[in-house]
Amino acid sequence: MNLRLSFQIAQTHLLAKKRQTLVAMLGVTFGIAMFIVMISFMQGVNQFLEDSALDASPHVRIYNEVNTQRPSILDQTHSADSDVNIVHHQKPKQQLPRIKNGLQMVRLIEKMKGVLGVSPEVSSQAFFNNGPIQISGSMAGIDYPRENRLYNLDSRIKSGSFQALLTNPKGIVVGANLAKKLNVNVGDKVSVTTPTGGNLTLRVVGIFGFGIGTIDNIRCYTSISTVQEILGKDASYITDIHLKMTDPLLALDFAQTLQKQFDIHTEDWGTANQAILAGKKIRNVMTFVISMTLLVVAGFGIYNIMNMNVINKLKDIAILKATGFGSKDVVAVFLLQAIIIGILGGFLGLLIGFGISYALSITPFETGDMISLKTFPVLFEAQYYLMGLAFGVITTVLAGYFPSRKAAKIDPVAILRG
Amino acid sequence: MTVLSASHINKYFFEPEKFQVLQDVNFEVKKGEFLSIIGKSGCGKSTLLYILSTMDTDYEGSLEVNGERLTGLPQDTLAAFRNEHLGFVFQFHFLLPEFTVLQNVMLPALKLGKYSNKEIEERAYEKLRLVNMSEHARKQSSKLSGGQQQRVAIARALINDPTIIMGDEPTGNLDKANSGLVFDIFRQIAHENGQTIITVTHDPDFANGSDRIIEMSDGRIVRH
Repeated sequence: MNLRLSFQIAQTHLLAKKRQTLVAMLGVTFGIAMFIVMISFMQGVNQFLEDSALDASPHVRIYNEVNTQRPSILDQTHSADSDVNIVHHQKPKQQLPRIKNGLQMVRLIEKMKGVLGVSPEVSSQAFFNNGPIQISGSMAGIDYPRENRLYNLDSRIKSGSFQALLTNPKGIVVGANLAKKLNVNVGDKVSVTTPTGGNLTLRVVGIFGFGIGTIDNIRCYTSISTVQEILGKDASYITDIHLKMTDPLLALDFAQTLQKQFDIHTEDWGTANQAILAGKKIRNVMTFVISMTLLVVAGFGIYNIMNMNVINKLKDIAILKATGFGSKDVVAVFLLQAIIIGILGGFLGLLIGFGISYALSITPFETGDMISLKTFPVLFEAQYYLMGLAFGVITTVLAGYFPSRKAAKIDPVAILRG
Repeated sequence: MTVLSASHINKYFFEPEKFQVLQDVNFEVKKGEFLSIIGKSGCGKSTLLYILSTMDTDYEGSLEVNGERLTGLPQDTLAAFRNEHLGFVFQFHFLLPEFTVLQNVMLPALKLGKYSNKEIEERAYEKLRLVNMSEHARKQSSKLSGGQQQRVAIARALINDPTIIMGDEPTGNLDKANSGLVFDIFRQIAHENGQTIITVTHDPDFANGSDRIIEMSDGRIVRH
């Protein structure tokens, strides 16, 4: 088999019918361009949703679960082998949400492999008083440098600063929407009351916005000692430990390990954000289904054109066979045409796909204050482009193979005899 | 020296019903012979030619060319054999329309790959000169007249210096002048180069000018 000769013949055939070649090529081009745009955009959306969820939430959260499902005292003293114990409407035990030896735990976990950062928190529900009305929210006492490493707090600030928490013990940083509701700005005072009755007047030193409504509406940050002071607790009182890993996927197993090691309740980001993960899976499937459909349609286009091509070239095939070209040569001639169409159309598709993706990624996208998004989220990843090209070439090869087989099986005698 | 021998060739058509086209055909052809096969339409002469050409493999009996038994060999082996040892000229010229005259002539030689591209080009020019077509070498083959195309087809058949050149009514579609030209070329090839020519023809002048005539009727050879 002489591949170079087959290539030459394939090339001559393609160049002789430029318009037909172009139409076949554009089928692939369009399919792959749309594939690239779809996948880049969908993955961009996935990434954005995942980031916004992961940015604002820890990979693993360690806390003390206040549990009402405890065995009753009756069950503990009279094991019910023969008797039936009925305890109706058991109340929870007086139990603090404190993590025992929380600060030591933080130092231990910090040294573990794969851990990016650990931050202790004291969190409490709180009421913010604005004149006669009260707005409920939550207050988190944080160690600013550690928390900043986890959530990149500095980039969320809208006015004022988080650093002020270090110098001003009575400082508070308020969520943007909460600040709007309270009608406060940096420098104003705000009165905070806890459910247990503690009350403190704090000065707003900053206003932040995560772009996530559920946080910006209710959350405020202050220093650990301030929250401990309002709650009337000692300096070792910690209710939550947040930690982030270098790889979010590691967190799923790491949470289990920590739970066993410290005998304490842990929650990983996957459990906390199941809806987002499920949505991601659904979008991925959708993206692939649509992209595949586009490519299959392009494939059928090529199949049709190649089929017609073979039928138009029956005489030529008979001549080639009569003059000594074997069936492999004939397959090569037509398959090479499909491959050339696939590769050229594919590369053009990648270029156009990149162009559209880029245009999309710089298109302004007005979403309001709630979502921190200025343009459409688009992900540029080399692997999508490789995938697109590979799919394109595979589709064209498959679409070209069957007509080529047909061409190779043609009986030259039937055609030459007329 | 015998270059082709066919023995006990039987061939059937099965569509629309079983019908024996060739009945026990036996003959031999010598080197440098200019042979014409004649007979009425439907007598099986074209069918016989395509069996001799190795393109039709569905027959009984045995076929030897150049001392090599070809019956039963796989298609691709036969294709390679045709490429090197057989040349074809058909009734309807059958050039590849997208290619130039020169490319058409060169293709079988490029497939054979025995010479370099440059040598093949020189040889192609030489064959085109033989059929008096060298000044049209760079033209698109579809731009030529019927007689010119047939001469190019002969040049293509000659490019690999085959042992046998087969023609299926090579003058069937040509006027008197062009028929004469083609006939002269065939004679020249047979007598000067010692290449064997086997043609199926309806043209009595053409047949009478050849060295030997085989006449067929109802699938049998009736005169040779």
